[in-house]
Amino acid sequence: MNANDVFKPFLMRIERVIEEAPDVRTLRLEFQNEDQGRGFSFRTGQFGEYSVFGEGECTFCIASSPTRQGYIECTFRKAGRVTSALAALEKDEIIGFRGPYGNVFPIDEWQGKNLLFIAGGIALPPMRSVIWNILDLRDRYRDVTIVYGARTVADLVYKRELREWAGRDDVKLVTTVDPGGETPEWQGEIGFVPAVLDRLAPASHDTVAVVCGPPVMIKFTFPVLARLGFAPEDIYTTLENRMKCGVGKCGRCNTGKYFVCKDGPVFTFAQLQEMPQEY
Amino acid sequence: MNALQEKARELLATKTVRVVIGYGPGSGGQARALFVREAAQARELIFDETCLQNLAVYLMKPDVRQLGKAALVARPATLRTLLQLAAENQLEENSLLALVPGADGVLSLSTFSALEAQVASQDNELSVAEKSELEKFAAMGLDARREFWQEQFSRCLKCYACRAACPLCYCTRCTVECNQPQWIPVPAHDLGNLEWNVMRAMHLAGRCTNCGDCSRACPVGIPLYLLNQKLILDVSANFNSRSGMTAKADHSLSTFKPDDPEDFIK
Amino acid sequence: MKGMETDKRSIQREALAELMAQWCSEGKRVLAPKRSGGKVDFDRVTSLSEVSFDHVQTVQSPKSAVFPRVEELFSFRSTDGRVEIRERNLDTLPETVVFGLRPCDAAAFAALEAIFNWDGPDRLFSARRARTTLVTVACSRADEFCFCTSVGGGPGAVTGSDILLTDLGQGGFLAEIASAKGRELLSAAGSLFGPAGDADKESRLAKLPAVFPPDAVAAALAGLFAEPAFWEEQSRRCVGCGACAYVCPTCACFDIQDEGGATGKRLRCWDSCGFGLFTLHTSGHNPRPLQSQRWRQRLMHKFSYMPERQGVLGCVGCGRCARACPVDMNILEHIRAIAEARP
Repeated sequence: MNANDVFKPFLMRIERVIEEAPDVRTLRLEFQNEDQGRGFSFRTGQFGEYSVFGEGECTFCIASSPTRQGYIECTFRKAGRVTSALAALEKDEIIGFRGPYGNVFPIDEWQGKNLLFIAGGIALPPMRSVIWNILDLRDRYRDVTIVYGARTVADLVYKRELREWAGRDDVKLVTTVDPGGETPEWQGEIGFVPAVLDRLAPASHDTVAVVCGPPVMIKFTFPVLARLGFAPEDIYTTLENRMKCGVGKCGRCNTGKYFVCKDGPVFTFAQLQEMPQEY
Repeated sequence: MNALQEKARELLATKTVRVVIGYGPGSGGQARALFVREAAQARELIFDETCLQNLAVYLMKPDVRQLGKAALVARPATLRTLLQLAAENQLEENSLLALVPGADGVLSLSTFSALEAQVASQDNELSVAEKSELEKFAAMGLDARREFWQEQFSRCLKCYACRAACPLCYCTRCTVECNQPQWIPVPAHDLGNLEWNVMRAMHLAGRCTNCGDCSRACPVGIPLYLLNQKLILDVSANFNSRSGMTAKADHSLSTFKPDDPEDFIK
Repeated sequence: MKGMETDKRSIQREALAELMAQWCSEGKRVLAPKRSGGKVDFDRVTSLSEVSFDHVQTVQSPKSAVFPRVEELFSFRSTDGRVEIRERNLDTLPETVVFGLRPCDAAAFAALEAIFNWDGPDRLFSARRARTTLVTVACSRADEFCFCTSVGGGPGAVTGSDILLTDLGQGGFLAEIASAKGRELLSAAGSLFGPAGDADKESRLAKLPAVFPPDAVAAALAGLFAEPAFWEEQSRRCVGCGACAYVCPTCACFDIQDEGGATGKRLRCWDSCGFGLFTLHTSGHNPRPLQSQRWRQRLMHKFSYMPERQGVLGCVGCGRCARACPVDMNILEHIRAIAEARP
């Protein structure tokens, strides 16, 4: 973060624009000032405030892995004023970035364990950072399973990477689309993520689960994980509260006494059970 | 028990309504809204000159709607508001009992025709004092008026108390909160304040029923009623229409009539 | 800082007027309570004669001296694929004396500092705060909305002030010099102050017995969060405006807005947790969809979360929110109900 003024963004050049799904894009961003880029580091799970000057800021996780240096990526769906402006930008245009903010996925603590990733829709980006992070340090972890679902085949993001993960023999990837969202060529599962997870019944022993998705998916996934024997402290998720400052001052992301921007965005299910449901 | 308390008690005891929205004693000798849900609590209701709030504002609040069918203690402006809400399809006939305390007991009105008859029987005109203040204001001249409003609006905090207190500001997403495009600047600077207050006044033109709650709500004392009353007179003069008189739609600013005056087109 | 030794002096009204004229001639911005159109509020003044002394409390708090309702964070210029950010020049921020604020208002600055500088400093806030001196006037009267003594303050409390003045009658004031900034003001105008004498300060102060212990409120709140009926009952008449938050001396929630297109400004402006759209997600999901939940947030934040996270109570008992509320949400009444609801 900018040392003397937390609100002053870094200037980032759009190095690449990747169309992921209808209205969903990934921007690869490089620091305009190379010295700032060299001095920048982040850890997986952290987020930032991205800005289009004249339109405002919005909050996304950093969707790339800290192991891939020299750039950061964000993936967003065109929805509001700022994301619409971001979606209109092209390669080489300049945007603002403040960050990294928030806590991290404790991947060092997960060493030697099996990892189960469960994501829905546009919530794959925060998980994509941690997935690439652990895949780039593959020998430190045991089995890696990814369950990813979207409403329709078209809505699946990171299609190129899904193919890459499907082709690896050290990753088990299960993709699913909601009933009715399949195409004639669809080879994956059909069904909602919690139901697919239930059928898949992954072992919970020595396994950490990471769940990111819309509130309704999370709500129905936790009970399935509990039935499979996952302890609440071994289930991780990220909260996506509305934010403005990102640094614990503006008061917007408060969830009970917690600041999602400071105490999160990464929380365990055990922590969520202790928190008021204001997310 | 007075007649109002007795009526409220009966309505609750017979489960005719689930809540009576009325007035009770508040801080500093003033009245405040009171939501009576038990028959025994009806004795806390008051009705006197301190009871000023237009309680129709609560009919639009989800937290209050969930209580069930309501009876509402209504002042003259409240009755006009109910008819205006009906004209805007925000109030169903017979969904509410309007309680009108009077010398001969408490009227209980639920049909639109009963509400219309009651409104027709009461004085709905701006008072002599109100009219004379507006006349004095009109005589100030354009520059003086502009200066006056610039000074008034410079104090606006954009706390939106005027909007929150207004029963006709029932939009779940106000124009000021629509940001694609951002019609009205969010910050409370001079431009944002001017556009906000002018926009709100115009959105109430032909709709405002002159209850005065926006002015009473304003923490910094901006006399918003002047804008609304001026618009009431202008709409009345130009379109021969008054808000809150009937339950039928007659929206002066969104209805075209071939004989509408066009002399403002220059 | 309780019981801190203060340097006691006296000052006559004429000398005070001279002191204020001196501040103005030095180019300082002096903000003080001024009566206008039936309301008393902080405004820029250039002479002591403009200042109201006989009111109980101003409509707004003095927080805008350090947290204006709109302020520029920086400006930007975006042309031909290049963006230039121009930082604020902090040297242009005005040296400010807030005069005539109440002891509760002075105490509120500690809460603002705790919020803005929590886990990292806020540059603009800190710069404004460093340039702001608080010359407080103790309260000789209180009204039914005042409750400073229940939240650790008092009508003559010194904490937070740089200088605290107490009106001793006959045009004389006791001046308690309570900080380094206060001593600076004193040393710049030492001849205007006299010895303190043996005036009885206490007898000049409003009598305001405490009505609840703050610890009991925090303890009760912990058990009340999950009682929706309690909060619905408390908040039913709340219409969800931001008047309480905007007049509050400690409320500091803000929004960030860009204006002016490609050559524009990034602004910070006041916001309130009482607004329905405050927490609304773009998806339409709202973590606090009901006004009762937003009212709960307001009280929990001030009386439970802030003491736990920032180490300071988020309420100084000034009563402004209750006086400004269009529907008479009287915070004292609600807090007492909470304290009494303790299981």
